[in-house]
Amino acid sequence: MINFLILPILIPLITGVLLIFAAKRILLQRWIAGLSSVITIIFSALLVQKVRNDGIQTLDVSSWEAPFGITLVSDMMSALLVLTTSIVAFACLIYSFWSIGEAREKFYYYPAFNFLIVGVNGAFTTGDIFNLFVFFEVMLMASYVLLVLGGKKAQLRESIKYILVNVISSALFVIAVAYLYSVVGTLNMAHISVRISEISQEVQPGIITVIAVLFLIIFGLKGAIFPLYFWMPGSYYAPPAPVLALFGALLTKVGVYSITRTYTLFFYHDIGFTHQLLSILAIMSIIAGVIGAIAYWDVKKIIIYNIIVAVGAILFGISAMTPDSLSGSIFYLIHDMIIKAALFLLAGIVIAIAGTSDLHKISGLIKRYPGLGWTFFIAALALAGIPPLSGFIGKLLIVKGGFEAEQYWGAGIVLMSSLLVLFSIMKIFINGFWGTPRAYKTEDKVPVRKMMIAPVILVFIAVLYGVGSEYVYPYISQAAETLANPNIYIEAVLKEY
Amino acid sequence: MEILMAFVIGILFMSATYLMLSKSLLRIIVGTGLLSHGAHMLILTMGGLKRGAAPLLGEHASSYTDPIPQALILTAIVISFGVTAFFLVLAYRAYQELGTDNMDRMRGTEGND
Repeated sequence: MINFLILPILIPLITGVLLIFAAKRILLQRWIAGLSSVITIIFSALLVQKVRNDGIQTLDVSSWEAPFGITLVSDMMSALLVLTTSIVAFACLIYSFWSIGEAREKFYYYPAFNFLIVGVNGAFTTGDIFNLFVFFEVMLMASYVLLVLGGKKAQLRESIKYILVNVISSALFVIAVAYLYSVVGTLNMAHISVRISEISQEVQPGIITVIAVLFLIIFGLKGAIFPLYFWMPGSYYAPPAPVLALFGALLTKVGVYSITRTYTLFFYHDIGFTHQLLSILAIMSIIAGVIGAIAYWDVKKIIIYNIIVAVGAILFGISAMTPDSLSGSIFYLIHDMIIKAALFLLAGIVIAIAGTSDLHKISGLIKRYPGLGWTFFIAALALAGIPPLSGFIGKLLIVKGGFEAEQYWGAGIVLMSSLLVLFSIMKIFINGFWGTPRAYKTEDKVPVRKMMIAPVILVFIAVLYGVGSEYVYPYISQAAETLANPNIYIEAVLKEY
Repeated sequence: MEILMAFVIGILFMSATYLMLSKSLLRIIVGTGLLSHGAHMLILTMGGLKRGAAPLLGEHASSYTDPIPQALILTAIVISFGVTAFFLVLAYRAYQELGTDNMDRMRGTEGND
């Protein structure tokens, strides 16, 4: 059981490699990918339970002791995110069976899918800053393939922009690691944290603040925060629904996780400047996101801009740095991964039925597809944070933490944003589902019932997550405790400190 | 020595930024190449350019250069090779499909109204 925490990385990796050999046998690919996805969920759930019982799990790869080798660390936050990733991946996978099309399936769709999960799970689990870079690249490389697979004109065009932005941000990541290495002389995250607190006993040196801002720029580019989200609406518009759901649920959240990790583990000594900056950018992201979300009459665009709102809300909670706001952010992060995937999958069904994503051309879907309509309605309410559902507790805690940290404007804007988010998503519901039913050319070919399985599972989990938040809360607060007190993390990794 | 390297790297970054802001896609890819050169040389420089033997234990020297940055660079080089190869093929496909390499003409309009 000692290598337990590597399994969520290893299983998709082996699956991805195996699937390359079975490229042309679609049914076999589906079975292998589906089975390995279920196994990954089981092991991630066991990992969460193990972290709950025994505290932070660490694994020194090849038994090189902590600062010298690569250490994988599973604290509660990363274990929960790995579990959520596995669930979202499973849902997107079974949705792909009926929607992605044979042409893509034969050209290494499932291997690329699995490698994406390897990258995401690895980025959540690693305890080494350069290894984080490598897992980012694994994830991004797979995402380039998934984005361009199919080769439509829009996909080619948007892939060029997406790759360019990510090449630049990866180069910046290398530069930032180089700066940090020259200051602290180590790459292990826990050890970096120790070294930084040694040199910032009285006052944090300017260079650490500069590196902190550089990291914010890098992870902000990946996670689409305010001035750096420009690439996202276009790039996320291009790929098909299951890929879009994976991207929307996982990729930006890895950036958010990395900001959280670095800002709670490394740069917590002088929170006056860096966390203030983070808080301002988070609030600006919320504002930019809601403006986009209410401006568009396009199903995909509205949900894409809602990603930016959610990223802003989570980062606002992180920047407040109170125990409440931290647990609120983790709550909201997990909720948002599940519900964004569900919404993109539902939007994918709507677009498949209507043959367009323009809201002016869709109406009356609830007459013919009541199941789809009501599932979308519940997902919309959960997104906005209506009390019994999953978005509520997270936002409540974020707002509470914001008030405790005396950031009244920020907390008020988080509250106000819920209203506009609700408006933007209800715009889809009212215009798309109400009104007179229309006949669409392509709708008979769409296997709506089968495609509904995945989003129904996700919405069901989201409802359980909201209703059973009492049972989830101990896990979340354990995660927040590690974030609020980095020494727990450091002691788990570097045994002698 | 580090100061000289810092200037050279700065010039590389400057050229990379200039090229990436241009219209032609190939110039942009050349820019990403220069950017990764700059980043790799920066790792080497920031690791310290102290004089010492090459990091081979057979050298039996009293001091060696830092091996970690070299390992990091090697990793970063192959990653940027992979990404650049993908990017070049993508640019070729895009040229075939879209018939242009001018970034100004690669605008999409779907969903913007």
